[in-house]
Amino acid sequence: MALLEVERLTVRFGGLVALDAIDLAVEEGQFVSVIGPNGAGKTTLFNAIAGAIRPSEGLVRFRGREVQGSPSARMSHLGVRRSFQVARPFASMTVRENIRVAAADKAVLQSLRCLGLRSRDRGIAERVDELLETFGLVGLAERKAGELNMGELRRLEIARALSSRPSLLLLDEPAAGIGADGIGPLAQLIRGVHRSGLTVMLVEHYVGFALSLSDRVVVLDEGRKIAEGRPEEVRHDERVIAAYLGKEGSRSAGTNPLGGSA
Amino acid sequence: MSYLIVVGVTIAIYAVLAVALNMVVGYVGQPNLAQSAFLGLGAYFAAVLSTRYHLGFWWTIPIAFGVAGIAGFVLGAISLRLREDFLAITTIGLNFVMVAVFQYVPFFGGAVGIYSIPVPTIGAHHFGNLDYLILAALMLALVVGVSKYLERSWLGASLWAIRDDESAAASVGIPVASYKVAAFTLSAAFAGMVGSLYAPFLSAVTPTSFGFTESVVILSMLIFGGLGKVRGALLGALVLGALPEAFRFISNFRLLTYGVILLLMLRFQPQGLAGDASAVSRLVGRLASPLRKSRDHGPA
Repeated sequence: MALLEVERLTVRFGGLVALDAIDLAVEEGQFVSVIGPNGAGKTTLFNAIAGAIRPSEGLVRFRGREVQGSPSARMSHLGVRRSFQVARPFASMTVRENIRVAAADKAVLQSLRCLGLRSRDRGIAERVDELLETFGLVGLAERKAGELNMGELRRLEIARALSSRPSLLLLDEPAAGIGADGIGPLAQLIRGVHRSGLTVMLVEHYVGFALSLSDRVVVLDEGRKIAEGRPEEVRHDERVIAAYLGKEGSRSAGTNPLGGSA
Repeated sequence: MSYLIVVGVTIAIYAVLAVALNMVVGYVGQPNLAQSAFLGLGAYFAAVLSTRYHLGFWWTIPIAFGVAGIAGFVLGAISLRLREDFLAITTIGLNFVMVAVFQYVPFFGGAVGIYSIPVPTIGAHHFGNLDYLILAALMLALVVGVSKYLERSWLGASLWAIRDDESAAASVGIPVASYKVAAFTLSAAFAGMVGSLYAPFLSAVTPTSFGFTESVVILSMLIFGGLGKVRGALLGALVLGALPEAFRFISNFRLLTYGVILLLMLRFQPQGLAGDASAVSRLVGRLASPLRKSRDHGPA
């Protein structure tokens, strides 16, 4: 049984069909990227999986349980955590607080245990220290998150998402807004997270970045799935190249926007 | 002396209201211009129960706490459906609704209000101004204690997370809706609780005592002192509560003065007088640093 199954998932905003009957499955331990040109529906797909928006039709199954339309907090408790396309830290809180507040589990947050003192939970404090270390945030631990630069914010968001030891991590354009120098180390970090056994889904605009990390790639265009396969298969798929360059462009440009020759 | 005690009681009551309001406006970042309505609800229930049903003063405290808390719960539930700007307008409207209810529902005594509210007693001892001051200080200690505890709890940290970014908070499992409602409930309950003291302290309650203007005054105290900070709410209540007494000649222009102060604060010290990195905080930090250094370099 796949960890995540999406069946005929459709999201409409008024007359606009943002996602049109998407099917996909993510096996435990896989690294699946979702790529596509601007407006393809990548972030909408993540939002529908993570509970940020309610799909118009279709099913989302997580560990075999139907969860479509479940709110974000429930998805988080089920083990689905995410980062955001535009970094969304808890700006007035310190880096340590950002990770710590995200580390509380359902039992704490949905009962009178939420009145318990944070400082009493040693297991969580250790987890936070471990994440600060892994993501190179030790020196920034007591800084307000609102003071961080984009690269630091991206690392914080991933660390925050990992704080509750989720089963599925959804990364929405983690490389957006960081310079070319930062992309390599970020890819290393994400690779490390995946190698630790976590299932990862990545939405990414930088195609090379996504292909270099993934076991499997799903390509969306105008809300529809146009291709799916291993990175090498997708890289040379005519439909994918056309989606990125336009049909005429793909014939005349002679170069492959996804890397390699067209 | 007695006059100073009366001023002290008034400031302590404002401080309870401002610290309680901070739970919603400061911690969760939700606009709330209805704090005076919750104060009025507590005061009116205490007044009605003690005058008409001869209920003892000490019983009216938990009842006022509960009734205002229920009203806060309802407002909190409504807040989930409203964007922040509409919520602000809704809370403004709530003041007028409550004043109208106090004015036109016979249960609350009509336009003349309720008079001759019995003086609280402890055994055979009747409350004097000093007793009111002690009880107001105890209520203040309770609401400050609860606030400080909340700040160190999972609930408090989660409320800050909601204030910073609701979607991100939900994405890490924080039950945004129920926590928001909890903050509204608790804040209103404490306002109602102090209302039960306010009624016998004034010995009369009238509908217009709990209008929009008073809610603005309470919010001004919070903004003046520093949103999100208990010390800010306390400082705001102390300064703006004492101001009309210290400057009697401007008492007719009280609201105008508050308005000017608010504008100046928002322009030059938006974090409030006692907020992080405010001029006062920096000054206190500078004054404290030589003391810290001498302590750190003192004999081992």
